[in-house]
Amino acid sequence: MDQAELPEIAHAHVAFDDGLTLECGLALRRLTVAYRTYGRLNADRSNAVLVCHALTGDQYVAEQHPLTGKPGWWEMVVGPGLPIDTDRFFVVCANVLGGCMGSTGPRSPRDDMDQPNPPRWGTDFPPVTIRDMVRAQKRLIEHLGITRLFAVIGGSMGGMQVLEWAASYPDAVFAAVPIATAANHSAQNIAFNEVGRQAIFADPDWLGGTYWAHGRVPARGLAVARMIAHITYLSEQALTRKFGRRLRGAQAAGSFDDTFEVESYLRHQGSSFVRRFDAASYLTITRATDWFDLAADHGGDLSAAFRGTRTRFCLISFSSDWLYPTAESRTIARALNRAAANVSFVEIATDKGHDAFLLDEPDFHRTLAGFLAGCAEHAGLPA
Amino acid sequence: MNVAVDPVRYVAKNMRLDLRLIAEMIAPGSRVLDIGCGDGTLIDHLFRTRGCDARGIEIDMAEVTRAVAHGLPVMQGDADTDLAQYPDAAFDYVVLSRTLQAVERPREVLRQMLRIGERAVVSFPNFGHWRVRWQLLRQGRMPMTSVWNRPWHETPNIHPCTIRDFFALCEQEGYRVERWLAVDDAGQRAPWRRFVGLANLFGEQALFQLRKAPS
Repeated sequence: MDQAELPEIAHAHVAFDDGLTLECGLALRRLTVAYRTYGRLNADRSNAVLVCHALTGDQYVAEQHPLTGKPGWWEMVVGPGLPIDTDRFFVVCANVLGGCMGSTGPRSPRDDMDQPNPPRWGTDFPPVTIRDMVRAQKRLIEHLGITRLFAVIGGSMGGMQVLEWAASYPDAVFAAVPIATAANHSAQNIAFNEVGRQAIFADPDWLGGTYWAHGRVPARGLAVARMIAHITYLSEQALTRKFGRRLRGAQAAGSFDDTFEVESYLRHQGSSFVRRFDAASYLTITRATDWFDLAADHGGDLSAAFRGTRTRFCLISFSSDWLYPTAESRTIARALNRAAANVSFVEIATDKGHDAFLLDEPDFHRTLAGFLAGCAEHAGLPA
Repeated sequence: MNVAVDPVRYVAKNMRLDLRLIAEMIAPGSRVLDIGCGDGTLIDHLFRTRGCDARGIEIDMAEVTRAVAHGLPVMQGDADTDLAQYPDAAFDYVVLSRTLQAVERPREVLRQMLRIGERAVVSFPNFGHWRVRWQLLRQGRMPMTSVWNRPWHETPNIHPCTIRDFFALCEQEGYRVERWLAVDDAGQRAPWRRFVGLANLFGEQALFQLRKAPS
Protein backbone atom coordinates (compact mmCIF):
# COMPACT_ATOMS: atom_id res chain seq x y z
CA MET A 1 0.00 0.00 0.00
CA ASP A 2 1.97 2.96 -1.26
CA GLN A 3 0.77 6.02 0.43
CA ALA A 4 1.84 9.60 0.20
CA GLU A 5 1.93 11.95 3.16
CA LEU A 6 -1.20 13.90 3.95
CA PRO A 7 -1.09 17.04 1.83
CA GLU A 8 -0.57 20.31 3.69
CA ILE A 9 -3.71 22.37 3.28
CA ALA A 10 -4.71 25.60 4.92
CA HIS A 11 -7.45 25.40 7.54
CA ALA A 12 -9.19 28.40 9.07
CA HIS A 13 -7.78 28.68 12.57
CA VAL A 14 -6.90 30.84 15.54
CA ALA A 15 -3.55 30.71 17.32
CA PHE A 16 -3.09 31.40 21.01
CA ASP A 17 0.46 32.48 21.73
CA ASP A 18 0.13 31.85 25.44
CA GLY A 19 -0.29 28.15 24.75
CA LEU A 20 -2.06 25.63 26.93
CA THR A 21 -0.93 23.68 29.97
CA LEU A 22 -2.08 20.11 29.58
CA GLU A 23 -3.47 17.82 32.24
CA CYS A 24 -0.27 15.76 32.08
CA GLY A 25 1.61 18.82 33.34
CA LEU A 26 3.40 19.60 30.08
CA ALA A 27 2.72 22.92 28.42
CA LEU A 28 2.18 23.65 24.77
CA ARG A 29 3.77 27.04 24.16
CA ARG A 30 1.49 27.73 21.28
CA LEU A 31 -2.01 26.48 20.70
CA THR A 32 -3.67 26.42 17.31
CA VAL A 33 -7.35 25.61 17.00
CA ALA A 34 -8.70 25.03 13.51
CA TYR A 35 -12.44 25.51 13.24
CA ARG A 36 -15.43 26.17 11.02
CA THR A 37 -18.59 28.10 11.71
CA TYR A 38 -22.03 28.03 10.09
CA GLY A 39 -24.89 30.45 10.52
CA ARG A 40 -24.75 33.80 12.24
CA LEU A 41 -24.03 34.78 15.84
CA ASN A 42 -26.92 36.92 17.08
CA ALA A 43 -26.50 40.33 18.71
CA ASP A 44 -26.55 39.07 22.29
CA ARG A 45 -24.40 36.07 21.40
CA SER A 46 -26.90 33.62 22.80
CA ASN A 47 -27.42 31.28 19.86
CA ALA A 48 -24.05 29.52 19.65
CA VAL A 49 -23.99 25.74 19.32
CA LEU A 50 -20.71 23.88 19.66
CA VAL A 51 -20.57 20.61 17.76
CA CYS A 52 -17.90 18.20 18.99
CA HIS A 53 -16.61 15.69 16.46
CA ALA A 54 -15.85 12.02 16.98
CA LEU A 55 -12.50 10.19 16.91
CA THR A 56 -11.87 10.45 13.18
CA GLY A 57 -14.16 13.37 12.43
CA ASP A 58 -13.10 16.95 11.97
CA GLN A 59 -14.38 20.50 11.79
CA TYR A 60 -15.91 20.13 8.31
CA VAL A 61 -19.38 19.35 9.64
CA ALA A 62 -21.61 20.75 6.96
CA GLU A 63 -19.57 21.49 3.87
CA GLN A 64 -17.46 19.71 1.32
CA HIS A 65 -14.30 18.35 2.88
CA PRO A 66 -11.22 20.13 1.47
CA LEU A 67 -9.19 16.91 1.37
CA THR A 68 -11.64 14.20 0.40
CA GLY A 69 -14.19 16.26 -1.51
CA LYS A 70 -16.94 14.42 0.37
CA PRO A 71 -19.93 16.17 1.94
CA GLY A 72 -19.72 17.23 5.59
CA TRP A 73 -19.99 14.39 8.10
CA TRP A 74 -23.19 15.74 9.64
CA GLU A 75 -24.76 17.31 6.58
CA MET A 76 -28.05 15.61 7.42
CA VAL A 77 -28.11 17.28 10.84
CA VAL A 78 -26.46 20.70 10.53
CA GLY A 79 -27.78 23.19 8.00
CA PRO A 80 -30.70 25.48 7.16
CA GLY A 81 -33.95 23.95 8.35
CA LEU A 82 -32.17 20.85 9.73
CA PRO A 83 -32.22 19.67 13.36
CA ILE A 84 -29.28 21.95 14.20
CA ASP A 85 -30.74 24.78 12.18
CA THR A 86 -28.12 27.19 10.90
CA ASP A 87 -30.86 29.71 10.13
CA ARG A 88 -31.34 29.90 13.88
CA PHE A 89 -28.09 28.84 15.49
CA PHE A 90 -24.47 29.85 15.09
CA VAL A 91 -22.70 26.51 14.81
CA VAL A 92 -19.02 26.12 15.69
CA CYS A 93 -16.94 23.00 15.27
CA ALA A 94 -13.23 22.77 16.06
CA ASN A 95 -10.72 20.13 15.12
CA VAL A 96 -9.74 18.48 18.40
CA LEU A 97 -6.42 19.03 20.10
CA GLY A 98 -4.19 16.19 18.89
CA GLY A 99 -6.05 16.04 15.56
CA CYS A 100 -4.63 16.33 12.05
CA MET A 101 -6.88 18.91 10.37
CA GLY A 102 -5.11 22.04 11.48
CA SER A 103 -5.31 22.05 15.28
CA THR A 104 -2.18 21.52 17.34
CA GLY A 105 -1.27 17.85 17.23
CA PRO A 106 1.48 15.37 16.37
CA ARG A 107 1.81 16.90 12.89
CA SER A 108 2.51 20.37 14.32
CA PRO A 109 6.09 21.66 14.64
CA ARG A 110 7.59 21.15 18.07
CA ASP A 111 7.51 24.27 20.19
CA ASP A 112 9.95 23.09 22.82
CA MET A 113 13.06 23.65 20.71
CA ASP A 114 14.64 27.02 20.12
CA GLN A 115 15.54 26.54 16.50
CA PRO A 116 14.18 27.66 13.18
CA ASN A 117 12.07 25.07 11.37
CA PRO A 118 11.76 22.65 14.25
CA PRO A 119 10.73 19.09 13.43
CA ARG A 120 7.26 17.74 14.05
CA TRP A 121 6.11 16.45 17.37
CA GLY A 122 5.30 13.05 15.95
CA THR A 123 5.04 10.51 18.72
CA ASP A 124 6.68 12.94 21.15
CA PHE A 125 3.46 14.96 21.18
CA PRO A 126 2.35 15.09 24.82
CA PRO A 127 -0.55 12.89 25.83
CA VAL A 128 -3.79 14.84 25.73
CA THR A 129 -7.09 14.16 27.43
CA ILE A 130 -10.71 14.84 26.60
CA ARG A 131 -10.53 17.66 29.14
CA ASP A 132 -7.54 19.17 27.32
CA MET A 133 -9.53 19.07 24.09
CA VAL A 134 -12.41 20.84 25.82
CA ARG A 135 -10.12 23.47 27.31
CA ALA A 136 -8.76 24.19 23.84
CA GLN A 137 -12.34 24.57 22.58
CA LYS A 138 -13.09 26.89 25.49
CA ARG A 139 -10.29 29.16 24.34
CA LEU A 140 -11.82 29.27 20.87
CA ILE A 141 -15.28 30.02 22.23
CA GLU A 142 -13.92 32.88 24.35
CA HIS A 143 -12.03 34.15 21.32
CA LEU A 144 -15.34 34.25 19.44
CA GLY A 145 -16.78 36.42 22.22
CA ILE A 146 -19.18 33.77 23.50
CA THR A 147 -19.58 33.38 27.25
CA ARG A 148 -22.45 30.90 27.24
CA LEU A 149 -23.09 28.26 24.62
CA PHE A 150 -26.73 27.59 23.91
CA ALA A 151 -25.84 23.95 23.33
CA VAL A 152 -22.92 21.56 23.12
CA ILE A 153 -23.66 18.52 20.97
CA GLY A 154 -21.61 15.52 19.94
CA GLY A 155 -21.62 11.79 19.33
CA SER A 156 -19.18 9.11 20.45
CA MET A 157 -15.93 10.84 21.46
CA GLY A 158 -17.79 14.08 20.74
CA GLY A 159 -20.26 13.02 23.42
CA MET A 160 -17.41 12.64 25.90
CA GLN A 161 -16.44 16.22 25.16
CA VAL A 162 -20.05 17.28 25.74
CA LEU A 163 -20.01 15.59 29.16
CA GLU A 164 -16.68 17.20 29.98
CA TRP A 165 -17.99 20.61 28.92
CA ALA A 166 -21.04 20.23 31.15
CA ALA A 167 -18.89 19.10 34.07
CA SER A 168 -16.11 21.67 33.68
CA TYR A 169 -18.08 24.73 32.58
CA PRO A 170 -21.66 24.20 33.77
CA ASP A 171 -22.52 27.89 33.57
CA ALA A 172 -21.28 28.10 30.00
CA VAL A 173 -23.55 25.31 28.73
CA PHE A 174 -27.32 25.86 28.60
CA ALA A 175 -28.06 22.51 26.96
CA ALA A 176 -25.95 19.41 26.48
CA VAL A 177 -26.58 16.56 24.05
CA PRO A 178 -24.23 13.60 24.56
CA ILE A 179 -25.04 11.05 21.85
CA ALA A 180 -24.02 7.37 21.69
CA THR A 181 -21.32 7.85 24.27
CA ALA A 182 -20.09 6.82 27.71
CA ALA A 183 -18.73 8.46 30.83
CA ASN A 184 -15.68 6.22 30.62
CA HIS A 185 -14.08 3.74 28.27
CA SER A 186 -14.83 0.12 29.08
CA ALA A 187 -12.18 -2.60 28.97
CA GLN A 188 -13.69 -3.66 25.65
CA ASN A 189 -13.39 -0.13 24.23
CA ILE A 190 -9.74 0.04 25.31
CA ALA A 191 -9.12 -3.44 23.90
CA PHE A 192 -10.33 -2.53 20.43
CA ASN A 193 -8.32 0.67 20.48
CA GLU A 194 -5.25 -1.30 21.50
CA VAL A 195 -5.57 -3.75 18.60
CA GLY A 196 -5.72 -0.76 16.26
CA ARG A 197 -2.64 0.79 17.79
CA GLN A 198 -0.72 -2.49 17.63
CA ALA A 199 -1.60 -2.76 13.94
CA ILE A 200 0.04 0.64 13.39
CA PHE A 201 3.13 -0.32 15.42
CA ALA A 202 3.47 -3.55 13.43
CA ASP A 203 3.63 -1.73 10.09
CA PRO A 204 7.24 -1.71 8.77
CA ASP A 205 6.66 1.87 7.62
CA TRP A 206 5.93 2.94 11.18
CA LEU A 207 9.72 3.18 11.67
CA GLY A 208 9.45 3.55 15.42
CA GLY A 209 7.19 6.54 14.96
CA THR A 210 9.58 8.47 12.66
CA TYR A 211 7.73 7.60 9.45
CA TRP A 212 7.03 11.24 8.68
CA ALA A 213 10.74 12.12 8.73
CA HIS A 214 11.31 9.56 5.99
CA GLY A 215 8.35 10.50 3.87
CA ARG A 216 6.64 7.26 4.72
CA VAL A 217 3.17 6.45 6.05
CA PRO A 218 2.25 3.31 8.05
CA ALA A 219 -0.70 2.96 5.73
CA ARG A 220 -1.30 -0.77 6.15
CA GLY A 221 -1.30 -0.56 9.92
CA LEU A 222 -3.54 2.50 9.98
CA ALA A 223 -5.89 0.89 7.46
CA VAL A 224 -6.16 -2.26 9.59
CA ALA A 225 -6.82 -0.10 12.65
CA ARG A 226 -9.62 1.58 10.75
CA MET A 227 -11.05 -1.74 9.54
CA ILE A 228 -11.23 -3.09 13.09
CA ALA A 229 -12.76 0.12 14.40
CA HIS A 230 -15.23 0.23 11.55
CA ILE A 231 -16.60 -3.20 12.51
CA THR A 232 -17.28 -1.85 16.00
CA TYR A 233 -19.21 1.08 14.48
CA LEU A 234 -21.65 -1.27 12.74
CA SER A 235 -23.84 -4.10 13.98
CA GLU A 236 -24.20 -7.70 12.98
CA GLN A 237 -27.65 -6.98 11.56
CA ALA A 238 -26.34 -4.04 9.54
CA LEU A 239 -23.46 -6.07 8.12
CA THR A 240 -25.80 -8.94 7.28
CA ARG A 241 -28.28 -6.59 5.67
CA LYS A 242 -25.62 -4.77 3.63
CA PHE A 243 -23.39 -7.69 2.63
CA GLY A 244 -24.59 -11.03 3.91
CA ARG A 245 -22.25 -13.68 2.51
CA ARG A 246 -22.29 -12.20 -0.96
CA LEU A 247 -19.21 -12.72 -3.11
CA ARG A 248 -17.52 -10.21 -5.32
CA GLY A 249 -18.02 -11.73 -8.74
CA ALA A 250 -17.02 -15.38 -9.26
CA GLN A 251 -13.69 -15.49 -7.46
CA ALA A 252 -12.12 -18.88 -6.88
CA ALA A 253 -12.55 -20.29 -3.41
CA GLY A 254 -9.39 -20.49 -1.36
CA SER A 255 -8.11 -17.14 -2.52
CA PHE A 256 -7.33 -14.49 0.07
CA ASP A 257 -8.20 -11.68 -2.25
CA ASP A 258 -11.22 -9.71 -1.22
CA THR A 259 -13.60 -12.54 -2.06
CA PHE A 260 -16.51 -11.47 0.08
CA GLU A 261 -18.20 -8.13 -0.38
CA VAL A 262 -17.77 -7.29 3.28
CA GLU A 263 -13.99 -7.67 2.89
CA SER A 264 -13.92 -5.39 -0.08
CA TYR A 265 -15.98 -2.83 1.85
CA LEU A 266 -13.65 -2.89 4.84
CA ARG A 267 -10.55 -2.62 2.66
CA HIS A 268 -12.06 0.39 0.98
CA GLN A 269 -12.82 1.94 4.38
CA GLY A 270 -9.22 1.32 5.44
CA SER A 271 -7.54 2.66 2.33
CA SER A 272 -9.68 5.79 2.09
CA PHE A 273 -9.08 6.54 5.76
CA VAL A 274 -5.28 6.66 5.41
CA ARG A 275 -5.63 9.35 2.78
CA ARG A 276 -7.13 11.71 5.34
CA PHE A 277 -5.77 10.75 8.74
CA ASP A 278 -2.39 10.74 10.44
CA ALA A 279 -1.24 7.64 12.34
CA ALA A 280 0.27 9.56 15.26
CA SER A 281 -2.95 11.56 15.63
CA TYR A 282 -4.89 8.30 15.67
CA LEU A 283 -2.72 7.06 18.52
CA THR A 284 -2.97 10.33 20.46
CA ILE A 285 -6.74 10.57 20.17
CA THR A 286 -7.55 6.93 20.84
CA ARG A 287 -5.42 7.22 23.97
CA ALA A 288 -7.35 10.29 25.08
CA THR A 289 -10.61 8.33 24.82
CA ASP A 290 -9.12 5.42 26.80
CA TRP A 291 -8.13 7.75 29.61
CA PHE A 292 -11.56 9.33 29.79
CA ASP A 293 -13.24 8.52 33.10
CA LEU A 294 -15.46 11.35 34.27
CA ALA A 295 -16.47 9.63 37.52
CA ALA A 296 -12.84 8.98 38.49
CA ASP A 297 -12.16 12.69 37.95
CA HIS A 298 -14.84 13.41 40.57
CA GLY A 299 -13.96 11.08 43.39
CA GLY A 300 -15.51 8.02 41.79
CA ASP A 301 -19.04 9.48 41.80
CA LEU A 302 -20.33 10.42 38.37
CA SER A 303 -23.16 12.47 39.83
CA ALA A 304 -20.57 14.67 41.57
CA ALA A 305 -19.45 15.82 38.12
CA PHE A 306 -22.89 17.38 37.66
CA ARG A 307 -23.78 18.52 41.17
CA GLY A 308 -25.87 21.67 41.15
CA THR A 309 -25.92 21.79 37.35
CA ARG A 310 -28.60 23.85 35.64
CA THR A 311 -27.76 22.53 32.21
CA ARG A 312 -30.57 20.72 30.39
CA PHE A 313 -29.36 17.33 29.16
CA CYS A 314 -30.59 15.09 26.38
CA LEU A 315 -28.96 11.67 26.22
CA ILE A 316 -29.49 9.69 23.06
CA SER A 317 -28.41 6.11 22.45
CA PHE A 318 -29.04 3.59 19.67
CA SER A 319 -30.46 0.14 20.31
CA SER A 320 -27.91 -1.77 18.20
CA ASP A 321 -24.84 0.19 19.33
CA TRP A 322 -22.56 -2.29 21.08
CA LEU A 323 -19.55 0.03 21.23
CA TYR A 324 -21.29 2.55 23.50
CA PRO A 325 -24.43 0.62 24.41
CA THR A 326 -27.60 2.14 25.86
CA ALA A 327 -26.56 0.95 29.32
CA GLU A 328 -23.75 3.53 29.23
CA SER A 329 -26.20 6.33 28.52
CA ARG A 330 -28.49 5.04 31.24
CA THR A 331 -25.61 5.17 33.70
CA ILE A 332 -25.12 8.83 32.80
CA ALA A 333 -28.87 9.52 33.00
CA ARG A 334 -29.04 8.02 36.47
CA ALA A 335 -26.04 10.00 37.65
CA LEU A 336 -27.80 13.11 36.37
CA ASN A 337 -30.93 12.06 38.27
CA ARG A 338 -28.85 11.79 41.42
CA ALA A 339 -27.77 15.36 40.79
CA ALA A 340 -31.46 16.32 40.24
CA ALA A 341 -30.52 17.56 36.79
CA ASN A 342 -33.00 18.20 34.00
CA VAL A 343 -32.50 15.17 31.77
CA SER A 344 -34.18 13.71 28.73
CA PHE A 345 -33.10 10.24 27.66
CA VAL A 346 -34.10 8.41 24.51
CA GLU A 347 -32.94 5.18 22.93
CA ILE A 348 -33.50 5.19 19.19
CA ALA A 349 -34.52 1.82 17.71
CA THR A 350 -32.21 1.07 14.78
CA ASP A 351 -30.12 -1.79 13.42
CA LYS A 352 -27.34 0.50 12.22
CA GLY A 353 -25.10 0.24 15.27
CA HIS A 354 -22.92 3.01 16.66
CA ASP A 355 -22.70 4.75 13.28
CA ALA A 356 -26.42 5.48 13.44
CA PHE A 357 -25.69 8.94 14.83
CA LEU A 358 -24.10 9.83 11.47
CA LEU A 359 -26.83 8.29 9.34
CA ASP A 360 -30.36 9.01 8.24
CA GLU A 361 -32.34 8.21 11.40
CA PRO A 362 -35.58 10.23 11.34
CA ASP A 363 -36.49 9.49 14.98
CA PHE A 364 -33.06 10.66 16.10
CA HIS A 365 -33.28 13.82 14.05
CA ARG A 366 -36.79 14.57 15.32
CA THR A 367 -35.65 14.02 18.89
CA LEU A 368 -32.66 16.32 18.50
CA ALA A 369 -34.66 19.04 16.76
CA GLY A 370 -37.46 18.86 19.35
CA PHE A 371 -35.09 18.97 22.30
CA LEU A 372 -33.28 22.01 20.89
CA ALA A 373 -36.56 23.77 20.13
CA GLY A 374 -37.77 23.15 23.69
CA CYS A 375 -34.48 24.44 25.12
CA ALA A 376 -34.58 27.49 22.89
CA GLU A 377 -37.99 28.31 24.34
CA HIS A 378 -36.68 27.95 27.89
CA ALA A 379 -33.60 30.01 27.04
CA GLY A 380 -35.80 32.72 25.56
CA LEU A 381 -34.15 32.53 22.15
CA PRO A 382 -36.21 34.29 19.49
CA ALA A 383 -37.84 31.77 17.16
CA MET B 1 -37.32 2.86 11.74
CA ASN B 2 -39.15 2.34 14.96
CA VAL B 3 -41.43 -0.60 15.14
CA ALA B 4 -44.32 0.86 17.07
CA VAL B 5 -44.88 -1.49 19.97
CA ASP B 6 -48.29 -1.31 21.54
CA PRO B 7 -47.56 0.09 24.99
CA VAL B 8 -48.18 -2.57 27.62
CA ARG B 9 -49.72 -0.34 30.21
CA TYR B 10 -53.00 1.10 31.23
CA VAL B 11 -54.25 2.53 27.98
CA ALA B 12 -57.71 3.95 28.48
CA LYS B 13 -56.23 7.32 29.33
CA ASN B 14 -58.34 10.38 29.26
CA MET B 15 -55.49 12.83 29.61
CA ARG B 16 -57.69 15.89 29.49
CA LEU B 17 -59.57 14.94 32.60
CA ASP B 18 -56.44 13.87 34.43
CA LEU B 19 -54.63 16.94 33.29
CA ARG B 20 -57.30 19.26 34.59
CA LEU B 21 -57.77 17.61 37.95
CA ILE B 22 -54.10 17.03 38.70
CA ALA B 23 -53.05 20.43 37.48
CA GLU B 24 -55.56 21.99 39.87
CA MET B 25 -53.69 20.37 42.74
CA ILE B 26 -50.28 21.70 41.79
CA ALA B 27 -49.06 25.08 42.93
CA PRO B 28 -47.71 27.35 40.19
CA GLY B 29 -43.95 27.51 39.81
CA SER B 30 -43.29 24.21 41.56
CA ARG B 31 -40.89 21.42 40.66
CA VAL B 32 -42.82 18.42 39.39
CA LEU B 33 -41.88 14.89 38.38
CA ASP B 34 -44.54 13.05 36.39
CA ILE B 35 -44.00 9.28 36.53
CA GLY B 36 -45.52 7.45 33.60
CA CYS B 37 -45.94 10.73 31.79
CA GLY B 38 -46.85 9.21 28.42
CA ASP B 39 -46.31 11.74 25.67
CA GLY B 40 -45.83 14.48 28.27
CA THR B 41 -49.18 16.24 27.95
CA LEU B 42 -49.34 17.02 31.67
CA ILE B 43 -45.80 18.35 31.98
CA ASP B 44 -46.33 20.50 28.92
CA HIS B 45 -49.54 21.84 30.46
CA LEU B 46 -47.87 22.50 33.83
CA PHE B 47 -45.00 24.34 32.16
CA ARG B 48 -47.20 26.44 29.92
CA THR B 49 -50.05 27.29 32.26
CA ARG B 50 -48.42 27.15 35.70
CA GLY B 51 -44.77 27.93 35.02
CA CYS B 52 -43.70 24.68 36.63
CA ASP B 53 -40.33 23.01 36.19
CA ALA B 54 -42.00 19.76 35.16
CA ARG B 55 -40.18 16.64 34.04
CA GLY B 56 -41.27 13.14 33.17
CA ILE B 57 -40.35 9.48 33.30
CA GLU B 58 -41.97 7.07 30.87
CA ILE B 59 -41.33 3.37 30.31
CA ASP B 60 -42.52 3.20 26.71
CA MET B 61 -39.77 4.37 24.37
CA ALA B 62 -42.12 5.40 21.55
CA GLU B 63 -43.89 7.79 23.96
CA VAL B 64 -40.56 9.09 25.27
CA THR B 65 -39.37 9.82 21.75
CA ARG B 66 -42.61 11.64 21.00
CA ALA B 67 -42.31 13.70 24.18
CA VAL B 68 -38.66 14.69 23.70
CA ALA B 69 -39.33 15.48 20.06
CA HIS B 70 -41.91 17.93 21.39
CA GLY B 71 -39.21 19.58 23.46
CA LEU B 72 -40.30 18.08 26.77
CA PRO B 73 -37.81 16.86 29.38
CA VAL B 74 -38.70 13.19 29.55
CA MET B 75 -36.46 10.25 30.19
CA GLN B 76 -37.02 6.58 29.55
CA GLY B 77 -37.20 4.84 32.89
CA ASP B 78 -39.11 2.54 35.15
CA ALA B 79 -40.97 3.68 38.26
CA ASP B 80 -39.96 0.50 40.05
CA THR B 81 -36.23 1.00 39.61
CA ASP B 82 -35.43 4.57 38.65
CA LEU B 83 -36.97 6.60 41.46
CA ALA B 84 -34.28 5.39 43.85
CA GLN B 85 -31.77 7.44 41.83
CA TYR B 86 -33.21 10.82 42.75
CA PRO B 87 -32.04 12.74 45.80
CA ASP B 88 -34.37 13.46 48.73
CA ALA B 89 -36.81 16.33 48.31
CA ALA B 90 -35.79 17.02 44.71
CA PHE B 91 -39.38 17.90 43.77
CA ASP B 92 -42.37 19.68 45.25
CA TYR B 93 -44.81 17.22 43.66
CA VAL B 94 -44.31 13.73 42.30
CA VAL B 95 -47.22 12.65 40.11
CA LEU B 96 -48.19 9.07 39.38
CA SER B 97 -51.14 9.15 37.06
CA ARG B 98 -53.00 5.86 36.48
CA THR B 99 -49.81 3.86 36.82
CA LEU B 100 -49.81 2.70 40.45
CA GLN B 101 -51.82 -0.41 39.62
CA ALA B 102 -49.27 -1.41 36.98
CA VAL B 103 -46.02 -1.16 38.96
CA GLU B 104 -44.28 -4.13 40.57
CA ARG B 105 -44.12 -2.73 44.09
CA PRO B 106 -46.71 -0.01 44.63
CA ARG B 107 -45.86 0.50 48.30
CA GLU B 108 -42.17 1.03 47.54
CA VAL B 109 -43.00 3.37 44.64
CA LEU B 110 -45.14 5.47 47.01
CA ARG B 111 -42.33 5.54 49.56
CA GLN B 112 -39.90 6.71 46.91
CA MET B 113 -42.34 9.34 45.69
CA LEU B 114 -42.64 10.81 49.16
CA ARG B 115 -38.89 10.62 49.66
CA ILE B 116 -37.98 12.50 46.49
CA GLY B 117 -40.97 14.83 46.62
CA GLU B 118 -42.66 16.82 49.31
CA ARG B 119 -46.08 15.76 48.04
CA ALA B 120 -47.33 12.86 45.98
CA VAL B 121 -50.27 13.10 43.61
CA VAL B 122 -51.60 9.65 42.76
CA SER B 123 -54.48 8.67 40.55
CA PHE B 124 -55.70 5.13 39.94
CA PRO B 125 -58.76 3.34 38.59
CA ASN B 126 -61.01 2.20 41.42
CA PHE B 127 -61.51 -1.55 41.53
CA GLY B 128 -64.32 -1.05 44.02
CA HIS B 129 -66.63 0.53 41.43
CA TRP B 130 -70.10 -1.04 41.44
CA ARG B 131 -69.84 -2.28 37.87
CA VAL B 132 -66.68 -4.20 38.69
CA ARG B 133 -68.28 -5.67 41.78
CA TRP B 134 -71.46 -6.54 39.90
CA GLN B 135 -69.68 -8.33 37.06
CA LEU B 136 -67.65 -10.42 39.47
CA LEU B 137 -70.72 -11.22 41.53
CA ARG B 138 -73.04 -12.00 38.67
CA GLN B 139 -70.71 -13.81 36.27
CA GLY B 140 -68.03 -14.99 38.64
CA ARG B 141 -65.42 -13.85 36.15
CA MET B 142 -62.83 -11.11 36.10
CA PRO B 143 -64.59 -7.85 35.24
CA MET B 144 -64.21 -6.26 31.85
CA THR B 145 -65.28 -2.61 31.83
CA SER B 146 -64.28 0.48 29.92
CA VAL B 147 -61.63 1.11 32.56
CA TRP B 148 -60.59 -2.50 33.29
CA ASN B 149 -60.58 -3.43 29.65
CA ARG B 150 -57.99 -6.15 29.25
CA PRO B 151 -58.38 -9.84 30.01
CA TRP B 152 -56.75 -10.96 33.24
CA HIS B 153 -53.92 -12.79 31.45
CA GLU B 154 -52.91 -9.74 29.44
CA THR B 155 -53.50 -6.83 31.72
CA PRO B 156 -50.49 -4.85 32.87
CA ASN B 157 -52.60 -3.83 35.87
CA ILE B 158 -51.17 -6.35 38.29
CA HIS B 159 -52.02 -4.46 41.48
CA PRO B 160 -55.61 -3.23 41.32
CA CYS B 161 -56.97 -1.63 44.46
CA THR B 162 -60.07 0.14 45.72
CA ILE B 163 -60.36 3.58 47.24
CA ARG B 164 -60.77 2.02 50.68
CA ASP B 165 -57.66 -0.10 50.11
CA PHE B 166 -55.72 3.01 49.28
CA PHE B 167 -56.91 4.85 52.38
CA ALA B 168 -55.85 1.83 54.43
CA LEU B 169 -52.40 1.80 52.86
CA CYS B 170 -51.94 5.52 53.56
CA GLU B 171 -52.89 4.95 57.17
CA GLN B 172 -50.54 2.01 57.47
CA GLU B 173 -47.66 3.94 55.91
CA GLY B 174 -48.31 7.09 57.87
CA TYR B 175 -49.21 9.29 54.90
CA ARG B 176 -51.48 12.23 55.41
CA VAL B 177 -54.22 12.48 52.76
CA GLU B 178 -54.30 16.21 52.14
CA ARG B 179 -56.90 16.01 49.41
CA TRP B 180 -58.75 13.29 47.63
CA LEU B 181 -61.52 13.03 45.13
CA ALA B 182 -63.30 10.45 43.05
CA VAL B 183 -64.78 10.96 39.63
CA ASP B 184 -67.32 8.96 37.70
CA ASP B 185 -66.89 7.69 34.17
CA ALA B 186 -67.95 11.01 32.70
CA GLY B 187 -65.14 12.66 34.60
CA GLN B 188 -67.49 14.62 36.80
CA ARG B 189 -66.99 15.06 40.48
CA ALA B 190 -70.32 14.05 42.02
CA PRO B 191 -72.05 14.89 45.32
CA TRP B 192 -71.12 11.47 46.74
CA ARG B 193 -67.50 12.44 46.58
CA ARG B 194 -67.39 13.41 50.25
CA PHE B 195 -68.26 9.93 51.48
CA VAL B 196 -65.61 7.26 51.13
CA GLY B 197 -68.11 4.42 51.00
CA LEU B 198 -70.11 6.01 48.19
CA ALA B 199 -67.01 7.15 46.33
CA ASN B 200 -65.70 3.62 46.48
CA LEU B 201 -68.91 2.40 44.90
CA PHE B 202 -69.50 5.11 42.31
CA GLY B 203 -66.07 6.54 41.67
CA GLU B 204 -64.40 5.20 38.57
CA GLN B 205 -61.14 7.05 39.15
CA ALA B 206 -59.56 8.22 42.38
CA LEU B 207 -57.11 11.04 42.86
CA PHE B 208 -55.10 11.57 46.04
CA GLN B 209 -52.69 14.19 47.25
CA LEU B 210 -50.43 12.81 49.97
CA ARG B 211 -47.79 14.07 52.27
CA LYS B 212 -45.68 12.36 54.86
CA ALA B 213 -47.19 12.76 58.30
CA PRO B 214 -44.92 14.91 60.49
CA SER B 215 -42.81 12.59 62.59
